[in-house]
Parts: sequence; structure tokens; C-alpha cells
Amino acid sequence: MGGKILLANIDVPGIRGYDVYRSNGGYTSVEKALREMTQAQVTAEVNKSGLRGRGGAGFPTGLKWSFLDRKSDKPRYLVCNADESEPGTFKDRYLMHHLPHRLIEGLIISSFALGVKTCYIYIRGEFKYLVGILEKAIKEAHLHGFLGERILGTDFSLNIYVHPGAGAYICGEETALLESLEGKRGNPRIKPPFPAFKGLYGCPTVVNNVETLAAVGPIISMGGEAYAMIGKGKSTGTKLISACGNIKNPGVYEIEMGLPVEDFIYSPEYCGGIANDKYLKAVIPGGSSVPILPADLILSTAKGEKRLMTYESLADGDFESGTMLGSGGFIVYDEDACIVRNTWNLTRFYRHESCGQCSPCREGTGWMEKVLYRIEHRQGKMSDIDLLVRVAKNIEGNTICPLGDAAAWPVASAIRHFRVEFEEHVLHPAAMLEKERHLKLKY
Amino acid sequence: MLKVTIDNISIEVEEGTTILNAARMIGGKVVPPAMCYYSKLKGSGGKCRTCLVKVSHSSAKDPRPMGKLVASCSTPVQDGMVVQNLTSPEVIETRKGIVEFLLLNHPLDCPVCDQAGECDLQDLSFGFGMEETATEEERREFPMIDIGEKIKLHMNRCILCYRCVYTADQLTEKRLHGVLYRGDVSEIGTFIQHAVTNDFSGNMIDVCPVGALTDKTFRFKSRVWFLNPMNAHRDCPACSGKVTAWMFGNEIYRITGRKDRYGELEEFICNECRFEKKDINDWVIEGPRHIRRQSVISANHYEEMKKQSLIDPIAGTMESLT
Amino acid sequence: MNHTNNLINHPLFLKEGKKVAFTSEVLNKVHSLMERYPADQQKSALLPVLHIAQEEFGGYLSVDVMDYVAALLGIQPIEVYEVATFYSMFYLEKTGTYVIEVCRTGPCAISGGEMIMEHLLEVLKIKPGETTPDGMFTLKEVECLGSCGTGPVMQVNTRYFEHLTPGKVDKILAEMREYANNDKPDDSTWVEKFC
Repeated sequence: MGGKILLANIDVPGIRGYDVYRSNGGYTSVEKALREMTQAQVTAEVNKSGLRGRGGAGFPTGLKWSFLDRKSDKPRYLVCNADESEPGTFKDRYLMHHLPHRLIEGLIISSFALGVKTCYIYIRGEFKYLVGILEKAIKEAHLHGFLGERILGTDFSLNIYVHPGAGAYICGEETALLESLEGKRGNPRIKPPFPAFKGLYGCPTVVNNVETLAAVGPIISMGGEAYAMIGKGKSTGTKLISACGNIKNPGVYEIEMGLPVEDFIYSPEYCGGIANDKYLKAVIPGGSSVPILPADLILSTAKGEKRLMTYESLADGDFESGTMLGSGGFIVYDEDACIVRNTWNLTRFYRHESCGQCSPCREGTGWMEKVLYRIEHRQGKMSDIDLLVRVAKNIEGNTICPLGDAAAWPVASAIRHFRVEFEEHVLHPAAMLEKERHLKLKY
Repeated sequence: MLKVTIDNISIEVEEGTTILNAARMIGGKVVPPAMCYYSKLKGSGGKCRTCLVKVSHSSAKDPRPMGKLVASCSTPVQDGMVVQNLTSPEVIETRKGIVEFLLLNHPLDCPVCDQAGECDLQDLSFGFGMEETATEEERREFPMIDIGEKIKLHMNRCILCYRCVYTADQLTEKRLHGVLYRGDVSEIGTFIQHAVTNDFSGNMIDVCPVGALTDKTFRFKSRVWFLNPMNAHRDCPACSGKVTAWMFGNEIYRITGRKDRYGELEEFICNECRFEKKDINDWVIEGPRHIRRQSVISANHYEEMKKQSLIDPIAGTMESLT
Repeated sequence: MNHTNNLINHPLFLKEGKKVAFTSEVLNKVHSLMERYPADQQKSALLPVLHIAQEEFGGYLSVDVMDYVAALLGIQPIEVYEVATFYSMFYLEKTGTYVIEVCRTGPCAISGGEMIMEHLLEVLKIKPGETTPDGMFTLKEVECLGSCGTGPVMQVNTRYFEHLTPGKVDKILAEMREYANNDKPDDSTWVEKFC
């Protein structure tokens, strides 16, 4: 395995505490940034690193920072998006659980670069146990002079607060998150204006994912150019992939971008192959929202090239034959998996999590779920399959926030690649149910 | 001033103007329908998605098209922007899809709904709806409730435009109702049995684009197209007192605010004017109110139709219709 | 933890003879939480304060409790109802001592989550959303808990139990019953989480 960057020293006993973290090189990047660099220099390093948002969209972080309204005389905010709720994704939780100070370090440097004095970590309420861990880390950082007034004797002051959510996937969308942080329903805002101009409390705000912010410390330590050398093309650096589903070794892996998908699935270092040595059927590589791909298309592109773990390679072929790296929630399905049941399951998730604000998502997710339920439970009709395609198309791109797309893509891609399976469910419902009953026994 | 072209018709507007408002300045067929946007309510819009349009040129500086259809009510115009509404088949197809979504759980009970004849959703369905319904799922149902002494809430008919919530927020001192729960079970409500009694709460009825909020003093009294809308006014200490009195002979059946051609109130009126003053002696009747030609009320030739100018968006010319 | 001795007597909260008020200890914590947000943005503290209120006042949010929180933060009660009904972690009805929430989303489902649910239905003899007659357990189905690599997963009063099997579930239930007879066995409370 290549050198770990984000997860460096994760195996050192006690690394969660300040003392051990510090004695293993922790907070040196903060010292470097605050003592030796200007705000602009820090931003320049992040730009050079080619770091892209790790929450799912893959938007260049430096560019996002550059949008921040620096002319406004209002206070600026940095909000850390720790509302990790995308099915299949559990990397941020792992990072915060084991290395809370890595995140705090990144927050301090990023706040310094952005001229922020108050930073909030919005964490999903279900991760209550992490709130204590983060609060403790923040307290330790205060105690050792890395937070509070005049950090390291400079003019820079910063406070970080943890803010728990309360069970809403939609709050992972940055403007819904800001609404929630303001104590409101998690309804995404209508853009423009973007948070860079009118974010938290109407002030200029940057919202970044946990993994993105945690990468800022190592980038300052090693230099942006060195970070950009890692990875492949525009997918620079390392990425945390949370692997789950029917594989031998589920867990969180830090990979260098550019690793072949095949190696990731079958190498004993990573997933270790398919559980019980079954065949690979399909993979959702970037969290449940991204299109599902059948085994042949996830291992190589339609052009016959090896599929790599990069933003570009996974997206090769667009949605016809490609998918997205997304948040890195890598869900593997073996030969026994029922695509229809799985699609219904995920659609039920989106129906449950839709905020209900705009009509295509509110009505469309519920409609798709009901139709998929019927197909899965013996009451489907052939025309239902095309109906699903049409409803998904009417949702996609027409909603306020990306949740609509996230609900439409799994349905559209499952039918695109596994249409036969949907037809089988309509034609031979009893046989399908029998098969599933049989499969349940395997656990 | 910024130049924007909508369906081949150009207009210059001030910075900050939205596409929808620019279209309204042009008028006629180029105006996208809006079910949730309300110019007098801050923060409204963006939710129903019926006003989605295609931006084929973002601006003079950046001629690229916008990747997705945008909500015209909340997208500001940029100089040199080119917008397609009815000239884009994609927009029309999408709008049909949106109408289908809005009607998916709507009870389609127009024959017994007081809003019929002046319902934005009805008009929209007439324009963009499909002839047959594609869904065979059960529609969601809510119990009917009294949200105030004089206001009935039929949640089944609601399209969650949030207008009534903004109205209560911005017109009354204490908002007592709001949007509860989430997703496709979200509903308008007070959570606990609360009577919404604020002095201006009745305006919720007028801003509601569908028959979800109706005037209990008028329910089942008459179909709107049997009544004559007359401009009327009185000296009111609380509001402007300028209303529309809906009359049958010398009898006032109901009072509403005066609505402009986009269905928006010109001025909000108080509850006393709306609910309490049903005697013709309470009012100075000014005369018949101009109504839209498309309105079912005009079918009775209530008002003599003048020649109206309509703009043909496809040809970009003015066309006279009788 | 017995908070009943030092209830604050605030006339606002003496509805129907019931006293809804945080103890002075908890109230201090709540005030320190409110200080984390700008003075004109106290509504921001709503979610954390509701978490605390739910824990302090019997595991669910009654109308009285929500009205109390609204008064504390200086907002309208409807603003609290809107929020409390939106988020799935707030319960609006009385729950059992233990709220068991079983993840049913994709990755958990393919690793046996459905079977865990079936087992719980059988053992507890209740439907999802219901509470056992002894008031011990409330069973709920929830969406992704963010623990997909360690499924099947359930959360009991915000504590995670992973890699579940029916046998393991039985053991957990037995332990819970035993705990409940003695003292509060759980993780630390929300109040304790905030330093």
C-alpha cells in the first residue's frame, strides 16, 4: 500500500488524543501555515494540490474558496459538512472517530486562509458518540493554544463548534445544511445566491466535506505540488473509499487515485474479492446516488480500457456506460443480488429523505417507490418499466437540489443495465419471490 | 439596463430582475406559469417548478447555454441572455411532467371545489395536462380541518407552494401554521388545534393557487362563474378597503382582494372586510371588474370584450385577436 | 439522575399543573450552547436543545416541551413544531425505555438487515413503530445509519450495535432488560457530550 496521508498513523495507540497526535507530527502544518505563510499562500497551495471536494460533487476546493465574497464586511463562516448519510458511505465517520485532530487541524488552516473566525462542524445526529470525541479534541486544541484568541501569538483567532443534526439525509446538501444550522427545516435554498455570497445567516460561507478539510493539513505539510503528484491527471491525491456489500473485507481504505477498480475489488489489501467466492454482479462505486454498473462495465470502460478509481475514468462513457466516483461509497453486489429489490430499497430511501419542498422530487420519489414496490411484490406490469424511466427523466435536473437527480439515477441506471431482470419480475413474479426466499436463508 | 430575449422578443430590464418578471413586462404568451412565486411575498418561488425555462445563451459574456432548465421566478436576468419558454419543446415536455406531478396526488375534485373556475392548477392542467392519468397508485389523503373560524383547509388539494406560510409570516404578527413533516407526507397545519385568528389571515385564501384554503363564509354558496365580480371600496381603518365584491343581483356572496392578471392580490385586505361585510350597504360599488378573456366567467359575456393584443412568441410579432 | 428536586418555577411553564423546565444545571449548559451562535441567531440552537429536551423530558417531545423550548429561544411554537416533525430523530409520541432503530437501507439489506428486523418482530411481538406493552422497547425502521461496512446495524437510544446476528440481538435485548431494572445503562447524554 502506498503511503497513507489522511489515515497516516491511524494504528498508533492513543492517536485520538492530542498528546500522541502531536508527538507524531500533528499540528506542525498549522504552525507552518500561521507562522510562515500568508492567507493567499495557503489558498495557492490548495489550488496547486488540485484537491477536489470529497463529499460527492468533486468540485475543485481552491476554486470554491476563491468564490468567497471577500468584499463583504459581514463575518465569514466555514462550515464542515459531517452529515455523512449517503448509503454506502462511512469514511468521514471513520476519520473523525480515529483522527479527530486531523480534521481540527484542517479546519484551523482553512479558516486562516478564508479569514474565518467561527467555524461549525455540522454532524449528523445519529453520530452522537462522535460529538463527544470532537468536543474533546476541540477542548484539547484550545488548551494547547491552537484554538481561541490569538492562535500561536498571531492575530488569527478561531472558535470551532460542533452542531448535531437530527436525522435528515437532505441536510448533506450544503444549503439545506445551512438552513438546518440556522434551526430551520432542512429545505435546500434556491440558488443563486450561492453560500459564497449569502450562506450562514446571510454571510459569506464556505461549506466543505470532512475529508476535503482533513486533506488541507497534509497538503500544507507536503506542499500542493507534491500532493498533486499523487494520483492521476485531474484526480489528485488520495481518496477514502468505504467498501461494503458482498465483499470479504468491508471497511475504509485510503487509495491513491488511479488504482484499477479490479485491483480494488480483488486485491487482499482492499476488498479481498467477493464474499463466499461468488461472482461479481454489479457495483455502485460512489454512494447509492450514482448509477449502478454491471460487472463488465465497472471493470473496464465501454472502449475496453481498464476502469480506474478516478473521477474521470469512472465517469467515462457518461451515463450510457459510466458512473461517478461520488462520495466513495463502494457497494458491491454478488451474483445473488436482486437488482429490482435493491432499486426499490434505495428508492424508498429517497422517498423517505425527500424534503418535500419541490414538486418533482416530492411526488416523483413517492411514485417511483410505489411502482417499484409493485414490481417487486408480484403486481408489476410491463408498462411500469417504461413509466419508471419516464418519471425518473421528469425528476432529473428539474429539482431545486441534487436529491432529485440522486433519486432518479439509480432507477434509470438499473433499468438501463438490468432491464431483463425487471421484465422477469413482471413475467415470472412467483419464481422471483421463491428465489429471494431461498436466498434469505444464506445469511 | 440588461437586455434579455424571451421567445424571440427582446426587452431591457433593470439589474436584479428575474426572467419571470422580465417576461411579465413583455406580457402575453411568453409569460411562464407560476404556481408558487408571488411577487408580494418575500422568499416565495422556486418550489413548484412550473416556470422552468431554457436558457440557450447565459449572457453576452458567456454565450454557453445553462446546463439545466432554470426556475424563471428565481433566476436573475443577465445582459444578453436568451431564454426559451414556449419556443422550446423541452420546456413544454418538462412542464407537462411537472403538471403530472402536481396532479399525482391531487383529488381532481373540481366539480365540488369552490376554487373551480378561478384555480391556477385547473388552468395549468388545461394548458399542459395530459388527457389520461398514468398513475394507478392510491392518492394520499388528509382529513379536512378548520384552520380558523372562517378558513377551511383541504390538505388533499394542496400543492405545497408555501405561499400561505409566507403570508402568515409577513402579514401577521404571530405565525400559527406552517409546513409539518417532510417529503410526500408533508402538510400545512398548526400541529395543535389552533385557530388562525390574525387580522390579515384571510389573505391566505386569496394567495392559495388551488382550493386548499377556502372561505368558509362562501363554501358551496355558488360557482364563481355565476357571480359578477365588482370593484368596491369602503373606509376601513385596518386596510385599504379596496376589494372585489362577488355579486348575484344585489346580494354580495363573497369579498376577495383585487387580483391582477397573474392572479396576485393588488393589496392585501383585512379579515373584517373579507368576512364580516356582506351587505351591499357596507360598500361603494364602483363597477364591473375587468376579467381575463380566458376566464370561464367571460363565457357568460359578463363584460364586453375589447380587442386584445396578444404577442405571438413564435413569430415574434404582434397579433390582434378579437 | 434525579432532576425533580430543583425544578425552576417559571410561570410560563406551569401548564396543566405540569412543570416543564430544565434543571439549573442543564439550563446552564443550554445557555452555553446558545452562546455558540450570534446573539440575533438564537434559533440556531434549536436542534441541539431539542436533543437535550427529548432526553430530559421522557424521551419524546410533547407539545409542552416544544413550547418551553420555543420560549427559551424566543421563537414561535410553530417554528419548533415545523422542525420537530421534519427530523427523524425527534419523537412526538411517548416511546419505550429503549428505542431500537434497525437500518433497512441498501447495504444493510443485502447483508441481512431484513432478517434482523424479522427476528425482532418475532421476539418483541410488535410492529415497526409500536412499543412493547411493558413500555420497555419501541421498534423502528430507519434509513442508512452510516455503518454500511459493519451491517446489519441497529441503534438503541443512539448507541450503535453492529455485525448483528439473531443470537446477538437476543443477547442485547436481555442485557437491556437487566440494565433497565438497575440504572441508566446508556452512553452519556447529549448534555454531557457538549464540553
